[in-house]
Amino acid sequence: MSRETTLVNADWVEEHLDDPTVVLIEVDEDTTAYDKGHIRGAIKLDWTTDLQDQVRRDFVNKEQFEALLSGRGVGNDHTVVLYGGNNNWFAAYAYWYFKLYGHDDVKLLDGGRKKWELDSRELTDVAPTREKTSYTAKEQDLSIRAFRDEVVAAIGAQNLVDVRSPDEYAGRLLAPAHLPQEQAQRAGHIPTAANVPWSKAANDDGTFRSDDELKEIYTEAGVDWSKDTIAYCRIGERSSHTWFVLKELLGEENVKNYDGSWTEYGSLVGVPVALGDEAGEA
Amino acid sequence: MCGATKGGLSLDGVDVAKEAIIQGQVVRGGEPVENAYVRLLDRTGEFTAEVPTSATGHFRFFAGPGEWTLRTLAPKAEPVDEKVTAATGVVAEVTVSI
Repeated sequence: MSRETTLVNADWVEEHLDDPTVVLIEVDEDTTAYDKGHIRGAIKLDWTTDLQDQVRRDFVNKEQFEALLSGRGVGNDHTVVLYGGNNNWFAAYAYWYFKLYGHDDVKLLDGGRKKWELDSRELTDVAPTREKTSYTAKEQDLSIRAFRDEVVAAIGAQNLVDVRSPDEYAGRLLAPAHLPQEQAQRAGHIPTAANVPWSKAANDDGTFRSDDELKEIYTEAGVDWSKDTIAYCRIGERSSHTWFVLKELLGEENVKNYDGSWTEYGSLVGVPVALGDEAGEA
Repeated sequence: MCGATKGGLSLDGVDVAKEAIIQGQVVRGGEPVENAYVRLLDRTGEFTAEVPTSATGHFRFFAGPGEWTLRTLAPKAEPVDEKVTAATGVVAEVTVSI
């Protein structure tokens, strides 16, 4: 993988607005952003209702994902281009999700919605209509998804990358600073995890930094490139962004996203937790 | 705007006494800017969060107590940095002019 195959820029999107082989999909943390205005022809996926099981804490299953994409008119052969706000935070999550279910050709719009808006490019509030398809998903690719037991086993053995803000890592905040701080679980981080805030990978305008800059950021933080890596955050979305950087831009082999992340780990009984700015001992 | 309060965004359901809130409005020539992005940087300059402004140009963060910087990005404007101090139980109001 490399940025040639996984990223497109805004000019590319404008040139492919009428390309029937391309489906633009907006995925935002603010699920109402799309309704106020979106790139022409783009459809919307709502991460809270479309991409999460509404009863258990888990993703929609293969059949539900197939029904979702079929109903929205996304086919197996389509080039899916995802974009969203906040440096593509939730778009990167959706990217990882499409890869989890084996979609072949999926890309991110570099800079996402923010860069598009800062460039004063056109947005519309007209929702497109798309013909239904018959989408077939693959079984989940668990080579990119980590579960809690693997994470505990990775302490001191693999790279753990905590991509939350430094204050969340240290235990001074429990959630991102634009959300109320009301979670009940313990604060802190997984011992030995390096803290590389996900946003370090992005420029102010939301585009990804260069490969050289990215490599340097993670190397400086102590990532050992000879080891496998698990990224986590609070609920698994910001860490999708880092997963994208490590796996899809830098081409690292074994990188997993721990979607249970701190809301699961910080509520487990008996697991080690480190507080403060230091990584802590295994 | 329906239900607007000082700061523009409703605080219904939020226990203000437990939060260190930073909120405000982005304006250009006195008019609200609805398509700006406000980033919250911590005391070391590290990105902590980012929100798009509302239809009335408003934004809000639930920060921790301490020193923060708001960096505002908007179309056809240079980024603007504003220092702000947050304290638990206090709503820090900031007007950002671009």
